[in-house]
Amino acid sequence: MVELHAEGLVHVYREGGVRALDGVTCSIAPAERVALIGQNGSGKTTLVRHLNGLLRPTEGRVTLDGTDASRLTVAQLARRVGLVFQDPDRQVFAASVRAEVEFGPRNLGATGADLRSAVAFALTATGLEGERSTNPYDLGQSRRKLLALASVLAMGTPVLILDEPTTGQDARGVERVRAIVEAVTGEGRTVIAISHDMRFVADTFERVIVMRAGRIILDGTPAEVFARASWEALRSTYLEPTLAARVGQRLGLGSTPTDATVIDALR
Amino acid sequence: MTLTLSGVGYRYAGADRPSLLDIDLELPDGAVVGLAGPSEAGKTTLCLVASGLAPRTVGGRIRGSITLDGENVDAWPMHRLSQQIGIGFQNPATQLSQVSATVFEEVAFGPMNLAVPRDEVVASTWEALATMGIDDLAERDPLRLSGGQQQLVAMAGLLAMRPAHLVLDEPTAQLDPAGTTLVGEAIARLASDGTSILIAEQKTDLLATVASRVVVLDEGRIALSGPTDEVLNDPRLVELGVAEPAPVRLARAARAAGIDPARLEAAHG
Repeated sequence: MVELHAEGLVHVYREGGVRALDGVTCSIAPAERVALIGQNGSGKTTLVRHLNGLLRPTEGRVTLDGTDASRLTVAQLARRVGLVFQDPDRQVFAASVRAEVEFGPRNLGATGADLRSAVAFALTATGLEGERSTNPYDLGQSRRKLLALASVLAMGTPVLILDEPTTGQDARGVERVRAIVEAVTGEGRTVIAISHDMRFVADTFERVIVMRAGRIILDGTPAEVFARASWEALRSTYLEPTLAARVGQRLGLGSTPTDATVIDALR
Repeated sequence: MTLTLSGVGYRYAGADRPSLLDIDLELPDGAVVGLAGPSEAGKTTLCLVASGLAPRTVGGRIRGSITLDGENVDAWPMHRLSQQIGIGFQNPATQLSQVSATVFEEVAFGPMNLAVPRDEVVASTWEALATMGIDDLAERDPLRLSGGQQQLVAMAGLLAMRPAHLVLDEPTAQLDPAGTTLVGEAIARLASDGTSILIAEQKTDLLATVASRVVVLDEGRIALSGPTDEVLNDPRLVELGVAEPAPVRLARAARAAGIDPARLEAAHG
């Protein structure tokens, strides 16, 4: 399992351009369930791309278990940190669902029973077990997105990063993603997810990091981040607390980020 | 102008069963109709059919009739139909022309191709950029924007064409809450100017604010249809796999726990 640390991270895409990251420092422990929220363009995607080496910092550094990520090869990083892109079409390429999901673990050296069980786990978790021989492009957009998730899930990386995993998912799809996050962290792996869906964030994660203009402006539990005291900071980056949080505040129930916490407080 | 689908069915080329069956749908001037349903229920297909892209460019076989103010459009070629009906795709990367060097050119691309006079193109382009809150991106390369920003550019490109009918397939999928609000406001403004809009969305909270009617698809058929409030409060929504709007879900959780939802409703807003 891997301890992630970012220190004074700055990223400038083009010389003289804006600081997409402007001094980000944070630590993420093994098995943590972290949501990363903020406006489009606040630096969320740029930050996670530093964690798997797709981007190198302009200043500062990322360490995995104390080792500077810049000393690790892309292959070494890929064993530790899996990243699922927002757009599955940038990721999916094989001719069948099975080949797509096998590709990652095969490249990490998995064979035989290990490979079979990694693939079976990923396909079951994403509800695609009946689609092994289907061409990925015959799946609808939402299931193709679950396929992209399955293909990274099968690699069994200690850190799993999801960029907008619930986009385009129906209620059952969102529930699947929530269950996957729980199962993966239950095995001691870390999950970091970027999301604009505040209800999914409050329901699923134990820690929420809020970014604005390349910096972290809030970092705490959903109860802390959606508490009345944080609303001004949230709204400064055009985020709204969940309905449950607003209702709980009006009823004087304290911080109730989820439906379940409102109901518990009223019982 | 009213866009009407009567008894429409559709089957993709090579598919072993139809993707749409018995669809009746009416889009009068200024109406906003929400389209909900679980994944692969046929929402995207209905968007393609209502905009005329299926079967014209997608292929496949269509049944039933599509009319504009009573005139059957079956024989209309795509270029004629696309002056009346605009479509916004789920993935903005598919929408962008790929040939424009700047966001301004990208947004102007549609009206330029409709042979709108130059001054009008410039005016409607700036207006569309302002409506989507992206005037500051006018000089940027559209292919080097974030997914969310591209979605706003694609939406502005549609607005600039000022179509009588607009079909939007999950226009807010990649947007943050602020961008989603902008799209909601743009839809409301277009509708008040008389544009009719069919909008497929998983975000039922957005449909609750913009749609006057909601149609829920399941396995290619209309499962629920009616005024927005009625459909979004229908208990069958959950069984159909559609996410309930936040207030509906909270009220259901309250009832299940033996708490009167009225206690919560007073605290909404």
